[in-house]
Amino acid sequence: MELHAEVLKGGMWHPRAPNWRDLAALMLIVAIIVLIGSGTRQMLAPLAAAQQPEISLSPSVLPNYALRTTMRMLVALVASLVFTFTYGTLAAKSRRAEMVLIPLLDVLQSVPVLGYLSFTVVFFVSLAPDRALGAELAAIFAIFTSQAWNMAFSFFQSLRTIPYDLDEASRGFRFSGWQRFWRLEVPFAMPGLIWNTMMSMSGGWFFVVASEAISVGDLHVALPGVGSYVERAIEARDLAAVGWAIVAMTVTIFIYDQLLFRPLVAWADKFRYEQTAAAVASRSWILDLFRRTSLLRTAGESISATTQAAARARLSVRLFARPLAGRKVPSRLLDVVWYGLVLLAIADLGWVLLRFAGAELSWKDLFDAATEGGITLLRVAILVVIATLIWVPIGVAVGLRPVLAEKVQPIAQFLAAFPANLLFPIAVYLIVRFDLSPPIWLSPLMILGTQWYILFNVIAGASAFPNDLKEAARTFRIRGWRWWRDVMLPGIFPYYVTGAITASGGAWNASIVSEAVSWGSTKLNGFGLGAYIAQMTEAGDYPRIALGIAVMSVLVVGMNRLLWRPLYAYAERRTRLD
Amino acid sequence: MADDQRAIIELRNICMAFAKRSGEPLPVLDDINMSIRVGEIVGLLGRSGSGKSTLLRIAGGLIRPTSGEVVYRDTPLTEPAEGIAIVFQTFALFPWLTVLENVEAGLDALGLPREEARKRAQDSIDLIGLDGFQSAYPRELSGGMRQRVGFARATAVRPDVLLMDEPFSALDVLTAETLRTDFLDLWVEHQLPTKAVLMVTHNIEEAVLMCDRLIVLSSNPARIAAEVPITLPRPRSRLEEEFGNIVDDVYSVLTARTIASLRALKQTHEGLAQPLPRASVNRMSGLIEILAMPPHNGQAELDTLASSLSLEINDLFPIAEGLHILEFAELKDGALKLTAAGHVFARSDTDGRKRLFREHLLRFVPLTAHICRVLQEREGRRTPRLRFEVELEDHLNRHDAERTLRALTAWGRYAELFDYDDKTRAFSTLSHAG
Repeated sequence: MELHAEVLKGGMWHPRAPNWRDLAALMLIVAIIVLIGSGTRQMLAPLAAAQQPEISLSPSVLPNYALRTTMRMLVALVASLVFTFTYGTLAAKSRRAEMVLIPLLDVLQSVPVLGYLSFTVVFFVSLAPDRALGAELAAIFAIFTSQAWNMAFSFFQSLRTIPYDLDEASRGFRFSGWQRFWRLEVPFAMPGLIWNTMMSMSGGWFFVVASEAISVGDLHVALPGVGSYVERAIEARDLAAVGWAIVAMTVTIFIYDQLLFRPLVAWADKFRYEQTAAAVASRSWILDLFRRTSLLRTAGESISATTQAAARARLSVRLFARPLAGRKVPSRLLDVVWYGLVLLAIADLGWVLLRFAGAELSWKDLFDAATEGGITLLRVAILVVIATLIWVPIGVAVGLRPVLAEKVQPIAQFLAAFPANLLFPIAVYLIVRFDLSPPIWLSPLMILGTQWYILFNVIAGASAFPNDLKEAARTFRIRGWRWWRDVMLPGIFPYYVTGAITASGGAWNASIVSEAVSWGSTKLNGFGLGAYIAQMTEAGDYPRIALGIAVMSVLVVGMNRLLWRPLYAYAERRTRLD
Repeated sequence: MADDQRAIIELRNICMAFAKRSGEPLPVLDDINMSIRVGEIVGLLGRSGSGKSTLLRIAGGLIRPTSGEVVYRDTPLTEPAEGIAIVFQTFALFPWLTVLENVEAGLDALGLPREEARKRAQDSIDLIGLDGFQSAYPRELSGGMRQRVGFARATAVRPDVLLMDEPFSALDVLTAETLRTDFLDLWVEHQLPTKAVLMVTHNIEEAVLMCDRLIVLSSNPARIAAEVPITLPRPRSRLEEEFGNIVDDVYSVLTARTIASLRALKQTHEGLAQPLPRASVNRMSGLIEILAMPPHNGQAELDTLASSLSLEINDLFPIAEGLHILEFAELKDGALKLTAAGHVFARSDTDGRKRLFREHLLRFVPLTAHICRVLQEREGRRTPRLRFEVELEDHLNRHDAERTLRALTAWGRYAELFDYDDKTRAFSTLSHAG
């Protein structure tokens, strides 16, 4: 999922027209997915119907399930960090690596997360001798895919925007590569990284729930966790159990936020590069507890002393060092060879893809998928418009009242983090109960979870709106529609765009679980690309899953490149005063 | 004394060129030869953008010159070396490290053991007057205290050579004065562990106050224009007559250089190679008015002007240069003198000023006439800015070209010669202008 929250955090973000690199990256990813999927399909056939741990519907198992779900989140977080530090560093330090890695990352974050899942679950299950472990890995990987790309992007952008004077100071004082990494690069990237992690965590909850219970063809996986619990409740048409799951999730997210992210954000405050003191210092009672309680503080200090010592050691393996001084003219010959290799790899993968598609797919399949894509595109567009019409006025109203904003903002952020798919059964129950038309009434589910991004970004924008401009508008008695058009809307526009990008990206992702849903034995189909992918996944039809994912990726990349990014660039240009 | 004449660091035939948009090299530094000897403070003086900071970074091994070499301790310097430390204009402190950690950071890079590093950092902090601030983060400190951390960090590594890049220019006047005095006291008492200092500055008084020798750079490309030894005994006072004479001399050298370079640039490439200074119409009008009034009555020394307007020479020079280019005033021997047109301008009302400004702009800035001509020739009379950017970058570096075009856009808009639309990034003719 593409989250461009970092732009507001001062990152650079240049609009780019779609180009051949995107196409190449897209091909590469689809080809790899196809290869892995089709390769493992055969391996797994005999293993299909193995035993699964039984999922209980008793509320008493929920704490344990919630814990298991949380553990998956944590493991994925660590994996994402490792990925970020290596991938981001490599891309930032090597021009040639960047040429390949960055377009790849760009497409990777546009591929629907649940699209990866259909393929990877089979792959991971085949990897691990113990089936449960394989399924665990697949679920963790799904969460990983929902946050790693963003984090790596944020880290990469931070590395590229390291202030010139700090770079010179660290070179002038002859930091080793290791020292530079831990003393300059990681600290500088930290606020953006944590912000991005927090933003993608919301997506993470959504996907961990979706990935715990999944069926691909004959393979059914149900890992103990909140997601499986809800799945089981749907099968049993047990509305009370759904309610319990919602309660459990709410408590879990609350604790996770308080114990992990609040302290992190408050702690990361010291890494802010701006030399002025923050207007509102972030606070965390946990961090305060650590800082004030002497026993905990001693423990904390000894840990930090150890890590400090590690970061300060020279360790002069010049692994990450980039000799900036007198940067040599890059060798043309090596460039040509490198380009050649990249082109060769792309051509090869293209050929594989073509052969694969030619054997399994017809033009009609492409037409079908594209039509379904059109339906979902229309749906996303309408939903974003509706969510905008609802939340922009509310967000502005809230944002202009600081006391209210302070209370509403955490709630909006919490709602954004809450996995909306837990709420689907209730909506589906109502649709079945009142016999509503699925194609229309299933649509709002797509944006149920992500509309909050629009709300809290607009609130943030309205809160940050300069006071003198507000006063000027009042003095000149600018009111009504003119006030919206000339004063407020331009002021919140960049914030709104950031929120809308996230909301629309999230809606695409959610379409896979929201366009086709069930309640007990009743199946509702809302049509659209998400439903298409979901059905093909259920049927284990790999070529068509791949086709569906590819079409969705193209639509998402296209929408980002042709609509959102130009809009963002425009907003940034127009609302700046210098 | 013989020992004192030994060069610690020597720059030999340094040339530096950046690539133009067309790929051709654009020289910034041209054949610079200089050396810094034990026991002296050398000042590098020049206009902003003259390449003095680049030269300092070359001396520090941060940038490799296009040709020529830096010799430090008898070996060519290819990367930052132990024994050379830099104090930055923007302080360059790590915001996430405390004062103590910032000072230690430079020592960690030397691979010193923890205790040793701690001791040296502490000594350095004491020396620079930061005691009591060890656990503060840079954001909690005032600008002056931040720069003290910069000094402490640099002296902690006990460098032979201290390179300072406009170390006081980001500070307010009072703070800068305190830091300068403190630094000079330590230097005179030989308390600093450093043998020589190279300092970039654009503040002429500061240079005369602190340095044993000044190297004045010309610009486009930078060459050594003059070398001024300063033998005044320390402590020096700004009130001494000799001090004032040296300051005047340096001003004259700088203005003479500026005038020569303006003339030369105007005569090449039909005047399109002439870079324009960052001088707004408001500032130029203001300076004309002040010059026209008593006590100046049409003429003033630049240093008098600078101190009476509390402008840094770096702020005053572009305005004076703008007036010189537009021939509203003449720069000569460190003084600025209004021309007849300048006097008329001072007396005119808004419309009269605009008319006069328009005439001078068309006559003395060839680029203006060029843009107007192109606009006339074009169908639809709209021309993308990019076209002129590309043209300018044939002769100027990107930075100068951008500044020139910005200045001209503002001037042209004031003179109502043409219009510029930032959304479409295009110039167009005004409907009522010819």
